[in-house]
Amino acid sequence: MKINTQYLGLELSSPLVPSASPLSDNVDDIVAMEDHGAGAVVLYSLFEEQIEEESRTLSHYLDHGSESYAESLSYFPDPAGIQSIPERYLEHIGRAKTRVDIPVIASLNGSTPGGWLQYARRIEEAGADALELNLYDIPTNTGITAAQVEERYLAVVRLVREEINIPVAVKISPFFTATAHFAQELCRCGASGIVLFNRFYQPDIDIERLDVVPRVHLSTSEEARLPIRWLAILYGRIPADLALTTGVHTVEDVVRGVMAGASVTMMASELLARGIGRIEEMNDALRAWLDEHGYDSLAQMCGSMSQIHVYDPSAFERANYMKTVSGWRGQRA
Amino acid sequence: MSARTTVMDGNEAAAHVAYRTSEVIAIYPITPASPMGELADLWSSRNLKNVWGTTPRIVEMQAEGGAAGAVHGALQAGSLTTTFTASQGLLLMIPNMYKISGELTGAVFHIAARSIASQALSIFGDHSDVMAARATGWGMLFASSVQEAMDMALISHSASLASRIPFLHVFDGFRTSHELKKIEVIPDSVIRDMMPEGPVRAHRERGMNPERPVIRGTAQNPDVFFQTRESVNPRYEACPHTVISAMEQLGALTGRTYRPFEYTGHPEAERVIVLMGSGVDTAREAVAHLQTGGERVGVLNVRLFRPFAIDLFLGALPSSVRSIAVLDRTKEPGSAGEPLYQDVVTALAERAMQPSASNERVAMPTVIGGRYGLSSKEFTPAMVRSVLNELGTDNPRRSFTVGINDDVSHRSLPVDTSFTTEHPETRRAVFWGLGSDGTVGANKNTIKIIGEHTDFHAQGYFVYDSKKAGARTISHLRFGPEPIRSAYLIKEADFVAVHQFNFLESVDTLALAAPGATLLLNSPHAPDATWQHLPPQVQRQILDHQLRVFVIDAYALARELRLGVRINTIMQTAFFMLSDILPTDEAISYVQDFIRSTYGKRGEPVVRQNLAAVDSALDNVHELVVPGEVYSDRTVRPPVPADAPEFVRRVTAEMIAGRGDDLPVSAFPDDGTWPSGTTRFEKRNIALEVPEWEPDLCIQCGKCVMVCPHSVIRANVVPEEALANAPDGYKSLPASWRGMEDSRYTLEISTMDCTGCQLCVGVCPARDKSNSSRKALNMAPNAGKSSADWEFFRSLEPFKRTVGATGDGAMRLPFVKAKDVQLLEPLFEFPSACAGCGETPYLKLLTQLFGDHMVVANATGCSSIYGGNLPTTPWAHNRAGRGPAWNNSLFEDNAEFGLGMRLSLDKQEEYARELVEHMRGMLGDDLATSLLESDQTNDALREEQRARIDELRERLETIDDPMARDLLAVSRALARHSVWIVGGDGWAYDIGFGGLDHVLASGRNVNVIVLDTEVYSNTGGQASKATALGAVAKFAAGGKPTPKKDLGMMAIGYGYVYVAQVAMGANDNQVIKAIQEAEAFNGPSLIIAYSPCIAHGIDMSKALDQQKSAVESGYWPLYRYDPRLENEGKVPFQLDCKPPSIDLKQYIHTENRYRMLLSTRPDAAATFVDEAQKQVNARWHRLEKMAARPERTITGKPGKPGKPGKPGKLPPSTPNR
Repeated sequence: MKINTQYLGLELSSPLVPSASPLSDNVDDIVAMEDHGAGAVVLYSLFEEQIEEESRTLSHYLDHGSESYAESLSYFPDPAGIQSIPERYLEHIGRAKTRVDIPVIASLNGSTPGGWLQYARRIEEAGADALELNLYDIPTNTGITAAQVEERYLAVVRLVREEINIPVAVKISPFFTATAHFAQELCRCGASGIVLFNRFYQPDIDIERLDVVPRVHLSTSEEARLPIRWLAILYGRIPADLALTTGVHTVEDVVRGVMAGASVTMMASELLARGIGRIEEMNDALRAWLDEHGYDSLAQMCGSMSQIHVYDPSAFERANYMKTVSGWRGQRA
Repeated sequence: MSARTTVMDGNEAAAHVAYRTSEVIAIYPITPASPMGELADLWSSRNLKNVWGTTPRIVEMQAEGGAAGAVHGALQAGSLTTTFTASQGLLLMIPNMYKISGELTGAVFHIAARSIASQALSIFGDHSDVMAARATGWGMLFASSVQEAMDMALISHSASLASRIPFLHVFDGFRTSHELKKIEVIPDSVIRDMMPEGPVRAHRERGMNPERPVIRGTAQNPDVFFQTRESVNPRYEACPHTVISAMEQLGALTGRTYRPFEYTGHPEAERVIVLMGSGVDTAREAVAHLQTGGERVGVLNVRLFRPFAIDLFLGALPSSVRSIAVLDRTKEPGSAGEPLYQDVVTALAERAMQPSASNERVAMPTVIGGRYGLSSKEFTPAMVRSVLNELGTDNPRRSFTVGINDDVSHRSLPVDTSFTTEHPETRRAVFWGLGSDGTVGANKNTIKIIGEHTDFHAQGYFVYDSKKAGARTISHLRFGPEPIRSAYLIKEADFVAVHQFNFLESVDTLALAAPGATLLLNSPHAPDATWQHLPPQVQRQILDHQLRVFVIDAYALARELRLGVRINTIMQTAFFMLSDILPTDEAISYVQDFIRSTYGKRGEPVVRQNLAAVDSALDNVHELVVPGEVYSDRTVRPPVPADAPEFVRRVTAEMIAGRGDDLPVSAFPDDGTWPSGTTRFEKRNIALEVPEWEPDLCIQCGKCVMVCPHSVIRANVVPEEALANAPDGYKSLPASWRGMEDSRYTLEISTMDCTGCQLCVGVCPARDKSNSSRKALNMAPNAGKSSADWEFFRSLEPFKRTVGATGDGAMRLPFVKAKDVQLLEPLFEFPSACAGCGETPYLKLLTQLFGDHMVVANATGCSSIYGGNLPTTPWAHNRAGRGPAWNNSLFEDNAEFGLGMRLSLDKQEEYARELVEHMRGMLGDDLATSLLESDQTNDALREEQRARIDELRERLETIDDPMARDLLAVSRALARHSVWIVGGDGWAYDIGFGGLDHVLASGRNVNVIVLDTEVYSNTGGQASKATALGAVAKFAAGGKPTPKKDLGMMAIGYGYVYVAQVAMGANDNQVIKAIQEAEAFNGPSLIIAYSPCIAHGIDMSKALDQQKSAVESGYWPLYRYDPRLENEGKVPFQLDCKPPSIDLKQYIHTENRYRMLLSTRPDAAATFVDEAQKQVNARWHRLEKMAARPERTITGKPGKPGKPGKPGKLPPSTPNR
């Protein structure tokens, strides 16, 4: 049973793709991903903040306290030969490319058009097969409109598109007033793929210490339902490949995603929890599932349950909400 | 051979040669020589080759004694070996130096000569260290400038191998080691040519080798020792000529020719000064000036001090000389004269005693010896003239001094300070800055730009503060077409820049401005409003000296550019605009190039920021229109308050004001004894923001008081009536202790002493329930005025340790929690430590608990510097005059020093008890018994014993008996004393470990606290054995390849030592508990205290969080090991923290010391962190087992387990990002 797929014009042997996470920190682990049958790998993200702030922070601490006291005119050795985070990232791409044949998709995470975008070109030069742009910020300014936020993101995509020739996928958050329209605009600006959705780490409130604290939780299959709805809605409506990237833990999650319209289904939490070998298990399970259910190929299934293909398209719309709510009431009664 | 010119300091110049001519380099940090070792380590980590094409192997040792031993071993095994040191470090090397010279082994030690600690430690330059080593049989070659530090280094290495006599290559600490100068760099090819192939090969072949075995290091008996000692004489006789050969060879290769003794001056001079080191150039400058006035004077520069070649010396001296002044930069109290003087006299006397060829005896000139420049005291042309004038008198003073006012033994020469000899074309600029503002760094760049892009000669020298927080710097820069020989500070500058506006109120910054000079002010005021904000004295100076004044608001520009307080690039640009050393456009383009090359390796954003700073400076320098009159409402603050003690007003205040040089000898104590508690008089007012207390939110937890590194926040509980005369608006609230509800709790902040570190605000747990951003302490702009509230607070009666009514029913606070301890008066206040220092809160806590009966032995290091560096010191006393008695011996012997104190106190007590027993009849049974049987386990009982001792002393005063007088002298030993041995990890883990181990093993009742910053903080962050695996530090530029030594476990191994590991930021109550238990334990105690440091590269305002993370990651487990529990059948080891709950990475990757390696050697960093995590996990499991071990008691029953945290899973990797 073939489970190959196409994503961003790239030929993938499997729809299972490790998404951006610390799993790709180490080139040996990337090799292991390939060995276990990953279709491609999205590298960990290079953040706009890292590009802009890391050097300032390093510079600050190298200077801090220096040239003040005669006995201790500095506190660190002179860091000649320093390799900044962006440079290390570029080198990492190069090293990964020499070790694996699967497509290596780099990931840039930011939100504003700026100097950091020059790294898109350098990522291409470093040998990445594609670039995933992770557009993410929390627009807390009450003076900024939704249109302005969208325009800023689109500007980023346009700028990147002008810089490079490799395909660009855009990973977006679920929080847009008109997600479908925005996805279409992203395609107009040059996005070849849309990745649904960025999964945010929500801050928590420590009610004893009255503090806001970061909390990291791994995803669950349940969380896949939101992106799957939007995969189903967008499939066939916009000229881009789609990727599912939240809540993929089981072969059933993969099947649902592909049925909704995903070309690839991306995983991080599952691999972090159970190891890279899980890819192989799921590939085997996917083949078995397709066999069992009489599919010829994975492609046959792709988008089969999208909104344009389902018997009741309203199931993905507001009507579905009404049904769900009344059903719940019924249960309670 | 065309030589490359560049700008560097003396340390780099010497290290340049030392590195290239060595195969093994043993290093150990000591100011001012540390940078040589740092450079060697850095170059080695970058694989820089020596002149034979191999990378020298660098090893950091545990002490200078160890470094000398390693050098000796490496030499004996045939390697070309060197080391770098100074001062006490050289003293520790002396035993091996005798061996190395005795074995005729070529080797060079490079010495940035520094004072030896005597009545006080001093890090500054003189020759007392090398003079202490002059009997070792080593050659001694003195360099008098930065260029010579490179040249003499090479001559030393070359001549040493050829002569087989080891050499000290000496240059003056700071004046040469830290002076930046444009010099010609010796190319590697020349160095290679200068290293004699035959002797190098012979050196290697002499190396110990089992293929051709020999024995060295024998023991000899009376029959042969003497003869063999004399066997080396021919070598020493030949050595000066070997040096001459090397000097000539260097001359041929570089054009710079030297002689062992070099005379300059009038060819028929009558008066000559003889000296060596950095004073030579100053003397030459003065003599050249005097010669133009027709004076027959000269200078003899002694380069080769050992072996002292009498013939060469005499040959260099003009035959016309009638009188000679020999200047020694050292003091040998009680000697017939200082070393150089003695050698000169000997040389001349020998000549006078021997008839010449014509059978006529040469007349002995008058020779006088004098001292100058101790501890980098200024040595100026005016002093040279003063000495020469003295030589011209009929009866010149012998054993004179110059440069001080000795009104005690009247040996100092008068100096006419108006005499100057500077070259008229030399441009001089002085910059007043703060350490944190980047002024010195910018000036170093400026010197490099001018020195390396123009034909100008350039010189930079920097004067630093004795404080670490809010440190003031003064940069002295000279540029000019002629070589600059002025090895002294600028007295009149063409350009003065004041980078901190508030300096105008506290220091006489314009005293150095020449008439018509340019003044650049960093002013927070608009150009047209600046004048009115200048103090009247400053306005007067501007008018009198007709200064042109320019202003720029550099801080505002830096803020806009997100540069924080770093105004270096802005002020540097302004300097180039206003000084006409280079055309502005050209200078700016060099500045821009420099930014790209310096900051380029830190990343493009930093380059962009600084380039923007250049542009913004160019647009924002404004000339001040100087009004013709003085008008101002500003006043200048006196250095100390008018009600300070007489000594503080007379002496300390002058030192604070920067006039210490003018104080006469009689002003000072002659035995190094100074009053304690003087920081309280030095109100520095350095914080831009200070904490402000909100009583309505305060829960009186005391955490802010506990963590404040400068004892700036104080709390007290007083009766309501005590506040009757409080200033309006004085804040207090009902005390929240049971039994004290009727009293008032008050918390005050000494804003004038605050450094603005924000630790207090960070630790404050009390938040406004409606607005969680508002805490009980919040930072607010510093009004900059001494607070009446603070003064009132200090006038309140300190909290009494026994609270309640009276008698046995008294309610006593247990003082085992921060809440209680906050009320105790600290007797350690306002230290000069860095803002946010992680060490000082522990010391303050000790003084709160035991301050009135503690004796402190303090190892050299940060704690001895902020604890004992003049002008003011933080160890204080209470109203009764009691407080910690503090002393610093050395770096290496502190544990032994403290043990000695314990032994002495114990012996005195024993003797006092014997005398009391003997005198029982005279004293009365009641008093004698109560004195001898007193329980002194708490404050109240100690007070009772003090009262009894007072009574005893009164009675003894009336008894005319020798025994009574003896008892009077030792009577105070009947009171309990707490001995605390304080030091850092460099001392405890490395140089002092042998002693510490022995003292712990002694079983004596001493308490040791190790303030563990995991590096040699005081000397600038060199790795110690406390440095963690993978941390980048100096001497570990590639990341420390071995794990931190587990000092606690080593001490626990004894089984009878109380050991605790603590971290105040993680658990303050555990710290208090450990310290109280250590004190109560009648035996040796060791507390290892995690102490965040700026050498960690962290935001110091978050230092408490770092401590928490260190504990939560399992890196720094909190524990106590109490041997007493063993006797109670309990498990003596108690874990005081939970199992690791975060990855080690989450802790260490927030610190620059670890992150740096991620940037330089990411693969190594990843390997280190994996290995370190494994070690953390393994150790935690070990500790859990220790805490949970089912203990078998003496009777064979299982004992109670300790208190382990839940054993369990260690954290998974950090998910996702």
